[in-house]
Amino acid sequence: MNSRIAAIASNTFREAVRDRVLYNLIGFAVLMAGASVLIGQISFDIEKLVVINLGLTVVSLFGVVIAIFIGIGLVSKEIDKRTLYTVLSRPVQRWEFILGKFFGLAGTLAVNAACMAVGVFLSLLYVAHHLERSDSSILVALYFIVLQFVVVTALALLFSSFSSPLLSAVFAFALFVIGSFSADLRGFAAMSKGPAHWLTTGVAYLAPNFSALNIISSVAHGEPVAAQLILVNTAYSLFYTAMVLCGAVLIFERRNLK
Amino acid sequence: MKPSRLVTVAASSLLLTCLAVSAVLVHFIDQLRPRATIEDVLYLKSSNLKWISLGYTGLMADIYWTRAVQYYGGRHYVDSPHFELLAPLLDITTDLDPKLVVAYEYGATFLAPKPPTGAGLPDHAVELVEKGIRANPDKWRLYYCLGFLHYMERKDYEAAAQAFLRGSQVPNAHPWLRLLAGKMAQKANDTQTARMMWTATYDTSQDESIKENAAQHLIAIQVAEDATGLEKIAALYRTQTGHLPSTFHDMAAANLLPGLPLDPLGQPYVLTAQGTVEVRHPEKFKFLEKGSPKGFVPKMNARN
Repeated sequence: MNSRIAAIASNTFREAVRDRVLYNLIGFAVLMAGASVLIGQISFDIEKLVVINLGLTVVSLFGVVIAIFIGIGLVSKEIDKRTLYTVLSRPVQRWEFILGKFFGLAGTLAVNAACMAVGVFLSLLYVAHHLERSDSSILVALYFIVLQFVVVTALALLFSSFSSPLLSAVFAFALFVIGSFSADLRGFAAMSKGPAHWLTTGVAYLAPNFSALNIISSVAHGEPVAAQLILVNTAYSLFYTAMVLCGAVLIFERRNLK
Repeated sequence: MKPSRLVTVAASSLLLTCLAVSAVLVHFIDQLRPRATIEDVLYLKSSNLKWISLGYTGLMADIYWTRAVQYYGGRHYVDSPHFELLAPLLDITTDLDPKLVVAYEYGATFLAPKPPTGAGLPDHAVELVEKGIRANPDKWRLYYCLGFLHYMERKDYEAAAQAFLRGSQVPNAHPWLRLLAGKMAQKANDTQTARMMWTATYDTSQDESIKENAAQHLIAIQVAEDATGLEKIAALYRTQTGHLPSTFHDMAAANLLPGLPLDPLGQPYVLTAQGTVEVRHPEKFKFLEKGSPKGFVPKMNARN
């Protein structure tokens, strides 16, 4: 990473870390993970399951919310405050600005996920008293959640590069919902015929495949995760993110900032 | 008082009053429509819930399983014979997370027994466990649960034997399953088989409440066997002497008993004038079928 991208990334990280909303969300997420201990107690024989399911779901959903709400303002806020012009008047390319913003927010989200994961593991330790070998797959689920954040951040940045914050949030959240059902979408595509088949197939493959990154339920049952899935999911997320960032760069390069 | 302060005090007082009144009203509404909240749940089918959950179906299944447990507990607490929503709630739970073995296993024990202990739906319970086996064919506990249902609730010993046999073929299955399959095929309807079933439940369960439940059933079986044995000895005494013994001491004096017989809780048994044997404190036993005074209704447990 060149020094200009690193400088923008580090500034974005610092800016995000100073955001009070971020702390509120993380605090609430850790509280929810802790509450899973209580919820497990009013149920029957699923205390550990609830801690893992609720804890990881909270980490994932809150992270996505943070990614969308901070990501959509990354470019528009800089334009509103006129700070973008200061940055671009220096020897900084537009693509470097986009990448710097992306790495800064992705880094913030990875740190957030780590903080929230500590809450989940503490709850788990409280309920189960000890960790088992099969619990290591929770780390894989957390890794997939971070990959999910990376993709969502790229999407939020893409929409932020050409649209208003409100519309960007709507677009990003809509794509998150569509992506969560991408497996079903491919099922529909396989069943449909004619032009509808090509249209749905196109949409199915263009939408991010978040359903493949959600292994919370199987991890909660202690099922092992195949190494091949980890590799393929990593490669997919990186390629998809690169694709979305390319789109963001292409749009932002052509955007009239006057 | 300043006008702004007056507004603050008035608004605060009004807020607290309204909060208290609304809480009281909610309480009244709950009394008027006790089942409204839980019924609302079923407006959503499992296919819709999968969409709403955004793919986080594991958490949604946990929530529905908790709802099923709370519903069952609530109905059971008020001794209600109606458990209409239990089967649909369990269906939704297991549709959302087909790997949630606990929902099949314990859900079936909620569904099968007759009201007020359970929903009185043994066939639904069997369907639920069969569904669990289809989704988790490697879980031997589900076959055990199925055999248990056929044996205890449906008295279908052949089906029970089949279930235990299928379970015994699963890798890492508990050795009890093969024994139980054999026992069912030989002679199912005796206390020895019942003792085996409850001992297996006690040995294989991790849950303390299930263990306690199984222990109570084993105690009830012990009392039934003791009472039957002592009544036979009393009958023998009558054959020898021409009259029934008035106390156990009479039987001991006739060398028919080694001493005063004690129940599993350590209390002496009671010999009635009719020669039947009862426990001294029937209220301390949960599942007595024999050995309790005539007309005594045993306290039922949440799961039997």
